[in-house]
Amino acid sequence: MYEKDGEKYFVVDAHTHFWDASPGNWVKGQEEYAKGWIECFHAYQGLGPKETHWPIDRFQKYSEELMMHDLFEVGHVDTAIFQPTNLRQWYKNGFNTTEADAALAEKHPGKFLVNTTFDPREGDEGLKALEERVKRYGCKGVKLYTAEWRGDSRGWSLKDPEAARFLEKCEELGVKNVHIHKGPTIWPLDKDAFDVSDVDHVATDFQGLNFIVEHVGLPRIEDFCFMATQERNVYAGLAVVVGGLMHARPKFFAKVMGELMFWLGEDKLIFGADYAIWEPKWQVEGFVDWNMPDDDELSDFAPLTVDQKKKILGLNAARLYDIDVPAELKLADPKDVEPVGVPNP
Amino acid sequence: MTALDERGVRADRADHATVWSALGTVRDPELDEPLTDLGFVACCEVSEAGHAVIRLRLPTYFCAPNFAFLMVADAYDAVAGVPGLTGLDIRLDDHFASDVINRGVAARQGFVASFEGEAVDELDSLRYDFVRKAVLAGTDRVCRTLAGTGLDPASLTLGEVPPGPDVERLRARRRELGLPAEDGDPLLLDPATGQAVAPADAKRHLAFARLTRTSMEANSGVCRGMLRARYSLTTEEEGTG
Repeated sequence: MYEKDGEKYFVVDAHTHFWDASPGNWVKGQEEYAKGWIECFHAYQGLGPKETHWPIDRFQKYSEELMMHDLFEVGHVDTAIFQPTNLRQWYKNGFNTTEADAALAEKHPGKFLVNTTFDPREGDEGLKALEERVKRYGCKGVKLYTAEWRGDSRGWSLKDPEAARFLEKCEELGVKNVHIHKGPTIWPLDKDAFDVSDVDHVATDFQGLNFIVEHVGLPRIEDFCFMATQERNVYAGLAVVVGGLMHARPKFFAKVMGELMFWLGEDKLIFGADYAIWEPKWQVEGFVDWNMPDDDELSDFAPLTVDQKKKILGLNAARLYDIDVPAELKLADPKDVEPVGVPNP
Repeated sequence: MTALDERGVRADRADHATVWSALGTVRDPELDEPLTDLGFVACCEVSEAGHAVIRLRLPTYFCAPNFAFLMVADAYDAVAGVPGLTGLDIRLDDHFASDVINRGVAARQGFVASFEGEAVDELDSLRYDFVRKAVLAGTDRVCRTLAGTGLDPASLTLGEVPPGPDVERLRARRRELGLPAEDGDPLLLDPATGQAVAPADAKRHLAFARLTRTSMEANSGVCRGMLRARYSLTTEEEGTG
């Protein structure tokens, strides 16, 4: 919970990681990729305030104590949601797996929700394993990487019939939140890995699921926003938006927030700090203090209200994940609000 | 006889200025900005004999290889066309696919041949998509300058827009796509079809143009920030050669 100027904010960090990218975990022969990957993440950290930058060795592998401190002791986070990234081709025990996340979550009851992942190319076995993980860890969400290389396959699409079987299974198991990574990826090389048309397709077919597009499709925010205006169950994951722009590029942060409010609206934006790329503390505090600057170029956008910020920082995610919010932190009179950019009928 | 140009340089030999200005014509296809402004040229040296050595760099080790390939190939083509160039050594550094891209570009191979087995499509349609987005973003840039002039973008032709670099840039991008770009052509058109935008749809078209520009500029902001973090640059160093 974060309190400022007499207002109390319930904070859900909907995008966090507990990873191990230290050299001891690098797969032999793949060291260059394992090293390149974590250095790339580390460079992203450079977009945050200087005093929050870490040395690379700490960034490669941080302790449980440090994570608990950064999120819950000083970071104002009430509940954090783990989003796994396996990357077993480069990291022996995986980069940030459901299992490693769950082990930490079990030690700290009530602090974390554990999401898992699936890959439809794993077929029946994968389907069974998904069910086991969901039951074992109580998952209410999955994080998907459609651009992941696997054997001869150069990624997959949510439109694939196999993917539909997995999404049906999610519905059956009550896993209703599907986070899709649409952002910087490597493979397949010639495909546009940011293409959101497959999300459009499944959002129509699976009305009972919520689709949270992580990193708002950056750098294709326009394709994402256009798609989201047509699908009521599509949400924007703000990881990278707040961490990557608010401090480093405040003007573009204002524009992007303005566009997201314009096209998706206050009920569809989900805060995520993307730890350990960025710590939540400065993001939560900065976002509460931030508002739309008075600038001609931003004249299409209204300032954000306190209630809107409360929704974005936690209440929206709490709604999707059925997280109990203390009565004093709820909105007095919550309303669903239509965004400006939705086409008139 | 050796001709001297106005700066007293042998005009029959390429020099730093001509090579640098050729590099300035190469854009990041996604950001629609010159490589030289983005800080993507790490080194550009031209010997007195007209031999150019160019090193390119990108914001991350894992920047999309398709865009990286387009940029290196475009840079090669632009510099190779400089009159008086006697040799060209152009390479991308510090990228997971540097070797493949450098070999493919030097051998004048296409993208698919360079990444045999890992790619099946050439990059023309990707490039086309990005020029289309650049047209939309450019439309917003031009229309922003009309605010307060009383001119309504929905009813203007290109020739009626007050002249300036933004409208020239918009025309250039439209020409690249084969879209109408003359004085009598409408300011607002659908870049996918080339049809004029109906007045009733103008508001939404402009909102989408604004969104497209925001997206490209925000992305450019992230790329510049990452490059700066990766190479410990100051803002002033970004665009130096």
